[in-house]
Amino acid sequence: MGLAIILALIVAPEDADQGISQRIFYIHVPIALTAYFCFGLGAVKALFLLWRGDERYDLESYVAIHQGTIFGALTLITGAIWAKASWGVWWTWSSNQLVLFLVLFLFYCAYFMLRFSLEDGPRRARSSAVYALFGVALIPVSFLAIRLAEDFIHPTVFTREGPQMSGSMFATFAITWAAVTLLAYVLYRVELAGKRLDADLRELREALQ
Amino acid sequence: MTYLADVAALTRKDLRVELRGRDTLPAMLLFVLSTLVVFHFAIPDGAGDDAAYGLLWVAIVFTALLGLARAWVPEQEHGVLDGLVLAPCDRSAIWLGKSIATLAFLLAAQAVALPAFVLFFEPLDATALAGVLLADIGICAVGSLMSAMAAAARAREVLLPLLVLPLAIPLIVGGIGAAVSADGERFLLFLLLYDAVFAVLSWASFEYVVTE
Repeated sequence: MGLAIILALIVAPEDADQGISQRIFYIHVPIALTAYFCFGLGAVKALFLLWRGDERYDLESYVAIHQGTIFGALTLITGAIWAKASWGVWWTWSSNQLVLFLVLFLFYCAYFMLRFSLEDGPRRARSSAVYALFGVALIPVSFLAIRLAEDFIHPTVFTREGPQMSGSMFATFAITWAAVTLLAYVLYRVELAGKRLDADLRELREALQ
Repeated sequence: MTYLADVAALTRKDLRVELRGRDTLPAMLLFVLSTLVVFHFAIPDGAGDDAAYGLLWVAIVFTALLGLARAWVPEQEHGVLDGLVLAPCDRSAIWLGKSIATLAFLLAAQAVALPAFVLFFEPLDATALAGVLLADIGICAVGSLMSAMAAAARAREVLLPLLVLPLAIPLIVGGIGAAVSADGERFLLFLLLYDAVFAVLSWASFEYVVTE
């Protein structure tokens, strides 16, 4: 997997023909897509939790959203760098995707606040799950809202420069996307294993006392 | 029809508690009026007329948050929620009753605040008023659920705004769009969509939030 990332990074410069700033595209967009995927996964697990009532899904949903939030933060950072490189400012409200990620980032930070201020137990699991489901409903609604808001905040719609992707660029993009998804998946498994170990250890300690 | 009767009974209970205790509504009224006065000093001259609409929406959202923060306090203090959950009615009726009661408080506060806004700042047309009404419904529907979630948490006063504000951003977009855009109907439609999506979601998920 590390090889895939390195490969993609080496391949990328070859076909990045409009300056160095374009290269971040290969990192930024896969990270953003992976973040969406993690949020979606978290919501699916949350739905399973509410549906089947199996405690296992709580941890899985939490870890997926944790991953999503980390990748969301990375999206904001790489997005800001890209914005600085190509538009000359660190932040621009006219980039719909960036604004959407900011809203989602705030939303999912509140998810952690909620989670850590509730008592451990089935009620916390269900409240977190309900909030995670709200997040998935919020993504399309916010996107629509941000698109609509352009109307009165920015009369002229910002059109992003950049050509259509050529075949080799798309291949690079696909490789980095696969690599980032794989990275997210591995992190997810590691984090999940760690959290499970933690929970088992805590149970064992309580049993021994 | 028993469902509607349950909802009506629960709403009546909340309104009666408020009528006897007068904990929430006077606070909301005073808050929204003082915010409007603060805004007069906060907007510099020549900031443009549209800035006032933005501030109106800030005032509306925070007034709603004030009402929502109080929404489950009587239940929490006297252990009423356990009784309600045990009562032989659909649990989502509890949410609907609370949402309607909160909406009633918010509308009552706005019945004073909106004329005051027109008097102090800018006129409001029918589209803007429809936007306010639709956004009120959305924020009360979502907020009642979030408030029930936060009521079980340790730092509930701090938590509630954090939970509600990201969810309220689309409502603010819709409300301001309805007030300032030339094509306000589009924003009303969007608010309607938001209300439908999130009301159904809250209605369906309330049961999971309150049961132990």
